[in-house]
Amino acid sequence: MDAIILQILNGLDKGSAYALIALGLTLIFGTLGVVNFAHGALFMIGAFCAVTLSKILTLSFETVDETRTDFLGNPLKVKTPYVEAWFGPETGGMLIDWAVPLAILFSIPIMIGIGFIMERGLIKHFYKRPHADQILVTFGLAIVLQEVIKYFYGANPIPTPAPDALTGSFDFGVLLGFDPNAVIYPYWRLVYFVFAAIVIGAVFAFLQFTTFGMVVRAGMADRETVGLLGINIDRRFTIMFGIAAAVAGLAGVMYAPINSPNYHMGMDFLVLSFVVVVVGGMGSLPGAVLAGFLLGVLESFASMNEIKSIIPGIDQIIIYLVAIIILLTRPRGLMGRKGVMED
Amino acid sequence: MLGLNKKDTTLLIIVAALTLLAPFILNPFPADSALAQFNAGYPDLMQRFVIFGIFAIGFNILFGLTGYLSFGHAAFLGVGSYSAVWMFKLLSMNVIPAIILSVIVAGLFALLIGFISLRRSGIYFSILTLAFAQMSFNLAYSVLTPITNGETGLQLTLNDPRILGVSATADGSIPVTNLFGIEMRGTYEMVAGPWSFQFNTGYYLCAIIMLLAFYLAVRIFRSPFGMMLRAIKSNNTRMSYTGLNARPYALAAFVISGMYAGLAGGLMASMDPLAGAERMQWTASGEVVLMTILGGAGTLIGPVLGAGFIKYFENIFSKINDNVLHSWFSFMPDGLEDAMVALVYPFIGKGWHLTLGILFMLVVIFLPGGLVEGGQRIMRAFKRRKPDETSSETTTEPAE
Amino acid sequence: MGILEVKDVNKRFGGLQALGNVNLSVVENSCHAIIGPNGAGKSTLLNCLVGKLIPDTGSVMFDGQSVLGRKPYEINQMGISRVFQTPEIFGDLSVLENMMIPIFAKRDGAFRMHAVEHTENEKEIVDQAEHMLDSLNMADKRHFHSASMSRGDKRRLEIGMCLAQNPRLLLLDEPTAGMARADTNNTIDLLKQIKDERDITIAIIEHDMHVVFSLAERITVLAQGTPLVEDTPDKIKGHPKVREAYLGETA
Repeated sequence: MDAIILQILNGLDKGSAYALIALGLTLIFGTLGVVNFAHGALFMIGAFCAVTLSKILTLSFETVDETRTDFLGNPLKVKTPYVEAWFGPETGGMLIDWAVPLAILFSIPIMIGIGFIMERGLIKHFYKRPHADQILVTFGLAIVLQEVIKYFYGANPIPTPAPDALTGSFDFGVLLGFDPNAVIYPYWRLVYFVFAAIVIGAVFAFLQFTTFGMVVRAGMADRETVGLLGINIDRRFTIMFGIAAAVAGLAGVMYAPINSPNYHMGMDFLVLSFVVVVVGGMGSLPGAVLAGFLLGVLESFASMNEIKSIIPGIDQIIIYLVAIIILLTRPRGLMGRKGVMED
Repeated sequence: MLGLNKKDTTLLIIVAALTLLAPFILNPFPADSALAQFNAGYPDLMQRFVIFGIFAIGFNILFGLTGYLSFGHAAFLGVGSYSAVWMFKLLSMNVIPAIILSVIVAGLFALLIGFISLRRSGIYFSILTLAFAQMSFNLAYSVLTPITNGETGLQLTLNDPRILGVSATADGSIPVTNLFGIEMRGTYEMVAGPWSFQFNTGYYLCAIIMLLAFYLAVRIFRSPFGMMLRAIKSNNTRMSYTGLNARPYALAAFVISGMYAGLAGGLMASMDPLAGAERMQWTASGEVVLMTILGGAGTLIGPVLGAGFIKYFENIFSKINDNVLHSWFSFMPDGLEDAMVALVYPFIGKGWHLTLGILFMLVVIFLPGGLVEGGQRIMRAFKRRKPDETSSETTTEPAE
Repeated sequence: MGILEVKDVNKRFGGLQALGNVNLSVVENSCHAIIGPNGAGKSTLLNCLVGKLIPDTGSVMFDGQSVLGRKPYEINQMGISRVFQTPEIFGDLSVLENMMIPIFAKRDGAFRMHAVEHTENEKEIVDQAEHMLDSLNMADKRHFHSASMSRGDKRRLEIGMCLAQNPRLLLLDEPTAGMARADTNNTIDLLKQIKDERDITIAIIEHDMHVVFSLAERITVLAQGTPLVEDTPDKIKGHPKVREAYLGETA
């Protein structure tokens, strides 16, 4: 029992990331009808927002401390981050420590901006082109984005730790009455899951309870009719693209402490997120979330030793296997509408 | 000639001349001149040109004719490589059985994946092939390690049985790949004044196989089968209401292009007998998509051009560093020189992929027909300006 | 016994009864029109005949064989060809190639791997296709990119492609929809000519009464998914029920 709970918990953080990326993907697909292969790159850029902010916060100036010497006998050079000099070591240190959560605020305008530019500058011209062209041009864009990041940040992963207060683990099992140390769960993963739940909840609430959301949902159901009503759907779709980009970016920001950001992390997640979208059903928001968590947990179960010893390698392929089976038996996915993208 | 019409025969002859004379054509600059860095007439680079040419020709049979966009073709290339290396380990260092096995295994693998993936079309097909390729890649890295040797990659050792050959040569090293005794690595160097040209056995084997592959592709393009494949792309509804079952046609195209990929993989292993899982990754599949689109999907010569173009510039661009840039812009005033270098630097050397990505986007946006369409547009503009001048340009021959 | 026998066909889409107990018999070598107001179920019926939809109950027999559960390409191979409301042709291919494909399909069946011979060397196919284009007065257009032709020409080509297979039953789905008067008249003439020259059964769904009364020998009126009446054109014109249900709207 405790093993099962542990696996469910382990699956949740990856599942959260899948769900967040897939949510944005399916939002873009549902509203704009565009297959966006550059969405993984947005996730990656989000993670690098966290890296950037922590770099900015640790920008330092050097002073020479005459009282101390280094091992060569020269006066010791001391690096002091500007923030510590400005706000005092206490507050400054705190700011640096909390760089990743702070990056949430930092990343939202950046991601929305990138989303706007992408939609207005490129995607807009591809609404009427075949899906293959959309895939190709966004694939090209993904390459460009990741190469730009690689140029500025290098090819190596950049460790971006969570705040000290959230780095440890806690004994989740004891809360449920299991033996101590049976279910150990890192704080940050729990934070990630809660964060994902909040973001997903916010997106749904936004679509459900605002006029804007209503129009967008109507647009997802039938684009032309809404256009006929004289509502400027295109502008709203641009905003929607910005929101989808922000969701992917936020998923990336918070993922930075779990896996050190590198320039190709987006591509790795993209393939899986597409699988998630397809399993959930193209254009279905609840489907994307459900499938994201489902596949995350499933993957985590498949990596249990007990299961791997029965079917070796299952952890590597389980998601793809599920996707293939779903696609063949139920092309519209778990919760998709019939006829989306079918010929 | 050879069952082709005049235009196609001319095209074939041009391609044959270009590939067979490549050691001259690709080495136009004297070896010690400043421009020698633009030479590409090195055996391993030329081998890559033609091997990726084969890969792209095969991919084009599927994507260019039927419009099915596969994002998993690297899996077949990888499978071909593994099969070939196993043949070298178990049977002999002769490349013929290795290449034959790699084509057969890749074909069977493509039959399996194609049979399942072609039950869906459009983006679902793309994602299915992507899922299969990633699955193969992950498996090759993990549980299939006994077959693939995991992360290290499959290599030859001195303990391999090689029942028709020797485990180790007389001097105790691993034998080299050969064609009935002719070593693949054998290179004859011709020095003519300041020029030097290299003629490599492996390259000529690959080149001849590519010419055969190209010839076969021309025949397929011009056959009723090829016409049916274009019909699938054009209008699937009319296809089925005309009494034609599109699926076996698409499957046949899928298997043929998988076999081309396997052939490319087998040749790759024949030139350098090792195989690694990274050849199967989906970004590697993306590369062949880039080549085909960049050259011109659905045209005969496009994929070959695209493969050559990408591999050439990958090699040349990667070699340019900031010293080279400084020497280029040295005629400028200092400040301007530095600015120019700083401006160009992100796009060269390790930044080659950035250039490639931008180029690819530009092609998809403005030139969906790729380099071939670009060439045709230039030709047309040229012809319009000089209407009485007859030009016999044939390399930009479209599919129809 | 007609060549096409539709018996007690029902089809529901959720709560909507699209077809209710449709019975229809099309006599061999006749021209049978199916008319009815919008939403009467004409297209649903047609889709049931060609394998695109499978009725919930009932049977559809063509020449004594059931077509239900067969794929569109299998039904075509039985001898049923279909012309669509919007011309469905191979837009990326030349006119001649468009014409060759159905002839290949007729000769070689649903699939044949003829990958090495040159298309131009298939003399008999090329000859048949050229001949067909001649009879359509389209020989001069044979190297045209077919997508670039006018709608009337596309329609002509599509009908020609169906005829090239010598079908026993030709299904026409509003063949003159969206056409200018001249094009409509051309299409009527073409269909008349086909009817006179060939042993062919034609079933036509049409809105345009001018087309229907120029061609049809029998007419079935469909309303709300059920056949209202079936008779000769003259009798249909005067039929009170029809006037009420259908013609009344336009008269």
